[in-house]
Amino acid sequence: MKTPWPDPRKVWVPALLLLFFLLLAVLPRARPGYTVVLVYTIVMYVILTVSWALFSGPTGYISLAPAAFFGVGIYASAILGRSLPLPALVCVGGLISACVALVVGAVTLRLRGIYFAFFTFGLVELLKNAVLWYEVRYTGTRGRFLIPVSNNTVYYVLLGILVALLLTAYLIRRSRYGLALQSIGEDEEAAAHAGVNVTLLKVMTFAVSAVFIGAAGAIWAVRLTYIDPYIAFDPLNSFLPVLMAIFGGLGELYGPILGAAAFSYLREILITRFAYHYMLLMGIILLVAILYLPNGLVGLVQRWHQRAWRGRHANT
Amino acid sequence: MVTFLNVVIAGLLLGGLYALIAMGLGLQYGVARVANFSHGEFIMLAGMTTWTLRTVFGINPLLSLAVCGPVAFVVGYLLHRTLFRRLSASSPSPGVFESRSMLASFALLFIIQNIASIGWGPEMRGYSYLHIPVNLGGAVFGANRLLTLALALVIGLAFYLFVARTRMGKAIRAAAQDPATAGLMGVNIDLVLALCFGFGAALAGVAGMFISMCYPVRVVMGQEYTVIAMIVVVLGGLGSIPGSFIGGFLLGLVGSVVTTVDPSLSLVAYYLIFVLLLLVRPKGIMGK
Repeated sequence: MKTPWPDPRKVWVPALLLLFFLLLAVLPRARPGYTVVLVYTIVMYVILTVSWALFSGPTGYISLAPAAFFGVGIYASAILGRSLPLPALVCVGGLISACVALVVGAVTLRLRGIYFAFFTFGLVELLKNAVLWYEVRYTGTRGRFLIPVSNNTVYYVLLGILVALLLTAYLIRRSRYGLALQSIGEDEEAAAHAGVNVTLLKVMTFAVSAVFIGAAGAIWAVRLTYIDPYIAFDPLNSFLPVLMAIFGGLGELYGPILGAAAFSYLREILITRFAYHYMLLMGIILLVAILYLPNGLVGLVQRWHQRAWRGRHANT
Repeated sequence: MVTFLNVVIAGLLLGGLYALIAMGLGLQYGVARVANFSHGEFIMLAGMTTWTLRTVFGINPLLSLAVCGPVAFVVGYLLHRTLFRRLSASSPSPGVFESRSMLASFALLFIIQNIASIGWGPEMRGYSYLHIPVNLGGAVFGANRLLTLALALVIGLAFYLFVARTRMGKAIRAAAQDPATAGLMGVNIDLVLALCFGFGAALAGVAGMFISMCYPVRVVMGQEYTVIAMIVVVLGGLGSIPGSFIGGFLLGLVGSVVTTVDPSLSLVAYYLIFVLLLLVRPKGIMGK
């Protein structure tokens, strides 16, 4: 007999997610202070990582541009900060980043493999040097100050960006565009022959991923309160999303989320406990993860799942 | 006329350093297929070590060449034998190996930079060696810089002859074209790839030592040289050693011209050349 209930997963997963976000929404009331800062730092890295995976996950193009888009968002916010309200600032930061991504994408996305990684890595250095040159020459100072806002505001804005990003990522993944992106990653030429407008799709997705990174940069600038080109275009912001996404595993949507959350939490602990050695420890953890967890945390979860499943079969 | 001479010689001096760095990365990426983002960190390590040997122990920088080169070679060789060999064995396809070895090089970058900053701190470090002005038809340069160019040319040429003329060099060229087939033809592929990675690290070490002879060095200098090496390697054509060598000098000349306008714009200019090149001729000048 057919059950009148829908697939239990379709009920449980959204319900749990909703509950989780409700908990996150009331967090500043329950645990104000450091917990909020910790959680919004994690949320920031989840945004960077999921945005990175939105483009690089299905297509297989390894982009090292996140730090560039993040920095563009930071500078948009620093330059326009006094003339625009915060929500507009975040949107503008995202849009300017997307414009940069459109130009960069149109120029470079015909490059395959390692060329693309080299190019986007150089982009971060280029923007850093160009902005530094401009600031020293035309404003006479290296850094800029921003008007600070409360921690709770930063927290809610980042949470808002995260929700919008997750919805976008989910919708793209289950749409025909997601399928087309996947086909580009598997065989670009075959995808083009099958009627996918390869270039347009790649450039558009690259720009969409830049929107969220730029928006996160715009609000992060307000949180930093002082910025200069070295802070804004820190190449670590390119490395970390890639590493976090791979650490989590790229096969599933939850992989990068899991990887970013686990890794950024670990990073916060390492920074507070071992301020002088945390990069060293992170490097070692990464090496171990690359060697022994080739499919990331997702692979680990799937292996456990399989083992549990097989165990159940053996018993019956 | 003198300014022209000045710019050209300055460009060649810069180019010699770039050529060495790029040849190193060219071997590591072109043959061993490791996009080594920690290349600049090896340069930094050698530069800082030379500074320490010079200022703390009073050792001649040229003698530290005998330390930095071989030590870097052994470190690179062992890294490939342990880490990258393992990664390549467990990767299902060359593409997967490419991205995973790149990630491993990020991890190396973190580790090396952290150890170096514990050891040396954030300050600029410089020493003075052979700081004698030499007059070249009106253009005046330090003897230390001219010496680095001469040595860079000698090392570059020696390396080219090694790859072009020896049996091992032939094995390296075969491995660059197709590692699997080269292995079937009796080339000990694990050894060749590890040697290439080691030579790449050794060239970075030698270049780092030269850089410390001409400019102040610091722990965070590596990244800039990594970017320059990548640009030159692509400029010269991936996998082509003469290409990397010529590309290094070409970029050095560009840098020297831009420096006469505004020194802080040189990296921006390199990048614009990179963009133009990728649009017009993505294979590079010597690429096939």
